Amino acid sequence: MRLIAAYVIGLVFGLGIAISGMGNPAKVVNFFDVAGVWDPSLAFVMAGALAITFIGYRLVLGRPRPLLGDRFYLPTSRVIDARLLGGAAIFGIGWGISGFCPGGALPVIGTLNADVLIFVASLLAGILVARLILKRREQTMAARIAP
Amino acid sequence: MSDMTTAFTPYAALLGGVLIGLASVALMLFHGRIMGATGILAGVLFPAGARDWGWRVMILLGMISAPAFYFLLAGQMPPIQSVANVPWQVLGGFLVGIGVTVGSGCTSGHGVCGMARLSRRSIAATLTFMATTALTVYVMRHVLGG
Repeated sequence: MRLIAAYVIGLVFGLGIAISGMGNPAKVVNFFDVAGVWDPSLAFVMAGALAITFIGYRLVLGRPRPLLGDRFYLPTSRVIDARLLGGAAIFGIGWGISGFCPGGALPVIGTLNADVLIFVASLLAGILVARLILKRREQTMAARIAP
Repeated sequence: MSDMTTAFTPYAALLGGVLIGLASVALMLFHGRIMGATGILAGVLFPAGARDWGWRVMILLGMISAPAFYFLLAGQMPPIQSVANVPWQVLGGFLVGIGVTVGSGCTSGHGVCGMARLSRRSIAATLTFMATTALTVYVMRHVLGG
């Protein structure tokens, strides 16, 4: 049941990406290209998604626990640090270059479009390299703290 | 990269956004999880435990099967107009991978789920990546490009 529900949720998310145009790099980039061929569509994607999620979360998170899970897994960190903002800044540069973000690209893997596949392969490489760097940094920090 | 104009599609955009929102709410209601593409993908690649892996794989399979369902409904695949040649695509993908891992989230995790929770971290992250995306698009299109 958990797995079937997850599949349907992924499918609904993917259809939302496909219908909204978030999986089309030209549409994404044109939203940011106010100085050029501006296409404001993405503002409507964000507005629709945010309105539903804002209201839905308020109803759902008032419950004691999820229907098919033990508890709500919510991020606990509250610090706005250089790591958060630096990572976000780098993500934005990549998003501006390719026009794909992870949520936009993953569903349209299903089109087998070559650009999507190249993007996703590079995305995976970036995730792996970042994890290695973060892990190494943690180890050197731990080594420094240890007596 | 000749004609990069796209039609303004407010109704499709709003409908798509509503579906993205419904999926985000449903994942919290049923599984108690944030619908962030970055986090779900990272958990597929680096499982935290046996019970934490299956649902992520199913989300991913659901996502990837969406274009086929879109095809049944619309009679065509969702349009994909690339804005980057292969070297730029590789660089863009790599930077996105680095950025979302270091910054703990992307458009779906920070931009939708985090903002909907009014998380200050997510609002700060979203404002930051929207700004650098806009700046990058300006440079790519109006400084480097034609």
